[in-house]
Amino acid sequence: MVLVLALGDLHIPHRAPDLPAKFKSMLVPGKIQHIISPGNLCIKEVHDYLKSLCPDLHITRGEYDEDARYPETKTLTIGQFKLGLCHGHQVIPWGDLDSLAMLQRQLDVDILVTGHTHQFKAYKHEGGVVINPGSATGAYSSITYDVNPSFVLMDIDGLRVVVYVYELIDGEVKVDKIDFKKTATTH
Amino acid sequence: MLSDGVEDEEKWLAEGIAGFQQNAFCMHRALLLPLLILPGSPLLINVLSIPLQQKPQDSNNLRDALKYSAQMLSELRTSRLSPHKYYELYMRSFDELRRLEMFFKEETKRGCSIVDLYELVQHAGNILPRLYLLCTVGSVYIKSKEAPAKDVLKDLVEMCRGVQHPVRGLFLRSYLSQISRDKLPDIGSEYEGDVGTVMDAVEFVLQNFTEMNKLWVRMQHQGPAREKEKREKERSELRDLVGKNLHVLSQVEGVDLEMYKETVLPRVLEQVVNCKDELAQYYLMDCIIQVFPDEYHLQTLETLLGACPQLQSSVDIKTVLSQLMERLSNYASSSSEVLPEFLQVEAFSKLSGAIGKVIEAQPEMPVVGAISLYVSLLTFTLRVHPDRLDYVDQVLGACVKKLSGKAKAEDSKATKQVVALLSAPLEKYNDIVTALKLTNYPRVMDHLDHVTNKVMAVVIIQSIMKNNTYITTANRVEALFELIKGLIKDMDGTPIEELDEEDFKEEQNSVARLIHMLVNEDHEEMMKIITTVRRHILQGGPKRLPFTIPPLIFSALKLVRGLQGQEGDGVGEEGPVTSKKIFQLLHQTIETLSSVSSPELALRLFLQCAEAANDCDLEPVAYEFFTQAFILYEEEVADSKAQVTAIHLIIGTLQRMTVFGVENRDTLTHKATGYSAKLLKKPDQCRAVYACSHLFWVDEQDGIKDGERVLLCLKRALRIANAAQQMANVMRGSGGPVTLFVEILNKYLYFFEKGNPHITSNIIQGLIELIATEMQSDSSTHDPLADAFLASTMRYIQFQKQKGGLMGEKYEPIKV
Repeated sequence: MVLVLALGDLHIPHRAPDLPAKFKSMLVPGKIQHIISPGNLCIKEVHDYLKSLCPDLHITRGEYDEDARYPETKTLTIGQFKLGLCHGHQVIPWGDLDSLAMLQRQLDVDILVTGHTHQFKAYKHEGGVVINPGSATGAYSSITYDVNPSFVLMDIDGLRVVVYVYELIDGEVKVDKIDFKKTATTH
Repeated sequence: MLSDGVEDEEKWLAEGIAGFQQNAFCMHRALLLPLLILPGSPLLINVLSIPLQQKPQDSNNLRDALKYSAQMLSELRTSRLSPHKYYELYMRSFDELRRLEMFFKEETKRGCSIVDLYELVQHAGNILPRLYLLCTVGSVYIKSKEAPAKDVLKDLVEMCRGVQHPVRGLFLRSYLSQISRDKLPDIGSEYEGDVGTVMDAVEFVLQNFTEMNKLWVRMQHQGPAREKEKREKERSELRDLVGKNLHVLSQVEGVDLEMYKETVLPRVLEQVVNCKDELAQYYLMDCIIQVFPDEYHLQTLETLLGACPQLQSSVDIKTVLSQLMERLSNYASSSSEVLPEFLQVEAFSKLSGAIGKVIEAQPEMPVVGAISLYVSLLTFTLRVHPDRLDYVDQVLGACVKKLSGKAKAEDSKATKQVVALLSAPLEKYNDIVTALKLTNYPRVMDHLDHVTNKVMAVVIIQSIMKNNTYITTANRVEALFELIKGLIKDMDGTPIEELDEEDFKEEQNSVARLIHMLVNEDHEEMMKIITTVRRHILQGGPKRLPFTIPPLIFSALKLVRGLQGQEGDGVGEEGPVTSKKIFQLLHQTIETLSSVSSPELALRLFLQCAEAANDCDLEPVAYEFFTQAFILYEEEVADSKAQVTAIHLIIGTLQRMTVFGVENRDTLTHKATGYSAKLLKKPDQCRAVYACSHLFWVDEQDGIKDGERVLLCLKRALRIANAAQQMANVMRGSGGPVTLFVEILNKYLYFFEKGNPHITSNIIQGLIELIATEMQSDSSTHDPLADAFLASTMRYIQFQKQKGGLMGEKYEPIKV
């Protein structure tokens, strides 16, 4: 059981002051093995905070990120899964699943984690799974109205990944889960 | 020199103890004490080795006992020992005298008259042993009840006047105090009677106290001036002997509030004031406060405080007052029932008056002293009268007065106290709004030096963030920004260069976060808040704007969203708050950003506004924002990597625009594609150009679907990709990876699926073959990633073919 936290588009401090308190109290150091973030943190303080939760931190560049050294895309292997990370402002049309599928094929990954739209999505297509953890702070988005703060926790176990999505709706944290299985034969 | 003195003292003490023990030994023998010796006695072995003397009880024993005890006690007549060492002798004497007392008691049982005994001991040659013996007999006398306790005690306390040597006198009277404690004619005690009331008990203790204090004070003036420090140290060692009397008074049952108020306190204070001794005054004031109940202090506040200005000016009265206020604060916290009492006795005004008087009386008191007094008073006020903001404000006002006219940044200790003063209301109320009501709060802050002022401002912001406090009116926002102005702009005389860059960033980021806490759901009020914030942050200068403007922009965009919900159909075009007005404000604000060398940020914000204007159906406004974005791109974004990101943002935003008419759309699209083709690196060009293909196809119901222009874009991208391959051939001797081609192929597939009539299966087939050719040619570079990409694309095509239905039909002609 490997826990991977996926969260992004916090937009601190441009669009939000901080993570919701209820999320902060849930995110405790030492419980998570990896953190992946599509980007738009935006400042070093947020980076340091995430690093304190888990030293294995992977970030790609969002268009508002202070640190220009984050890569545009990143791939990593966790267990049996290849994960790809990209903020998503580079993929036009924004949020278009077919275009994201192309990126997934290009990166050759089982799971593509992306952001930019601030809307949670977990979508399976021929080439794999696309996950958008939404905005962890519920930040304003020109694309999505009424953003609820959300993040994703993936439990990778062998060929199976369980995706837990945590959403803050009307002050309460709601959890949902989706199962994905990888067929053993693939690349 | 000093060590010699210590060695000498050790020697004298040893000598004294030796003499003492010898006489004690003889005394025991006289007392026939082998049977009565208490366990643990150091003399046990000695005495046991002596054969029991079976003498009949006769006066020879008694006389011997008295003789040897007097000799033993003579060791206490020494002047050579410091109090610390003297105490050792005293303790031994005390123990021995207990045995003697028991012996006296036995004697009286056997028929010896206590009155005679009382008289007999007075024949001792020297006064000090005489008086110790007298007190000891006196103890038995009182217990026997043959005379009223009052009379015996009165006699003893007056007889002790015979010893005027400070150390000896203090210990003697201490002995008297110790043995008399349980024999006072207190209410409910067995010694109370017609002759002897609690009043007499109090009188006795007060007298002993007064005399002891006089002796104690006298020590200060004994000996040469150069040994002053040593004397003061010795006095310190003895102070509890004096203070004990007050403790005894506090334990007397009969001393109720009335008696405390009428008799005890005035008499004690009289002695404290009149002795005019700094050490005594400080210690005794502290003692009074600690020893008597808080309830009493509350009711005698005026008297107690009245003594303060009468004390010596060198007395640390601040600490005394602070102690008092702390005790009273704790008392108030202990139960809510006592609070009305505080109001009834007007505790606050008395305390603040007293503090005022003390400060006035000591003009040379350093600022830190005065401020720490006010900190104590504030702590008191916050605990006892938290709802009385006027009191809190008063305390702050007094501080302002004290700080006026003094230079800032001089005294770091005073600064710390001022910060403590300002932090206290924040912590207590956990609500900045309450603190904002304190009119003197900003005035106190004005007296801080710049650095500390900013530190305090950050404390305020942190308090707001921690407590999740929202500030909901423009007026309060105004007041808040007044408080934190040190962070918002350069204050006179401090260049920002002084500050470390990391610290500056942190500071400004906390201001940015703060802006999100300034909200009101009412649109008009929110507009006022936004304009207020804007007015303040625009004074921040080029270094601060990149931090503070973005949150303001997004605040305003949220307001636009909020209005959208209400407007619709052009309603709300009039009135104080309209989307148009907000867009005007946004425009002007972002412009200031572009003039302070943050063009990339400004570009992004313009695009955000364009999208918002699109959602409000304001075509000219959206067009204007795009214009600004393009101007920035043309003139300011020079870095090629930044250009790539910027053009993708422009394309992405433009792709989502629905508000533009054909002409406007064409102009902007033309510009976008033009700039895409002009990016520096070929691969970047290629990607931007095929991204532009989406500008001609929007998958919505009324979206543009210009299949021809889409194909033109993709073809152009293909040409660029070809050119890139050729360049790679020329430069490196081998073609680059086929990645670009595969990407373009994917795009062809995308539009093919969407039903673009200009993209046929033939075209796709052609492209597939082109790629295959490229890959097989000798000059191509093999990139496993590109191979995998192609492979997965092929798999995708296969998958679509196998889907069946319309999609399967579409894909049928394509061979992989």
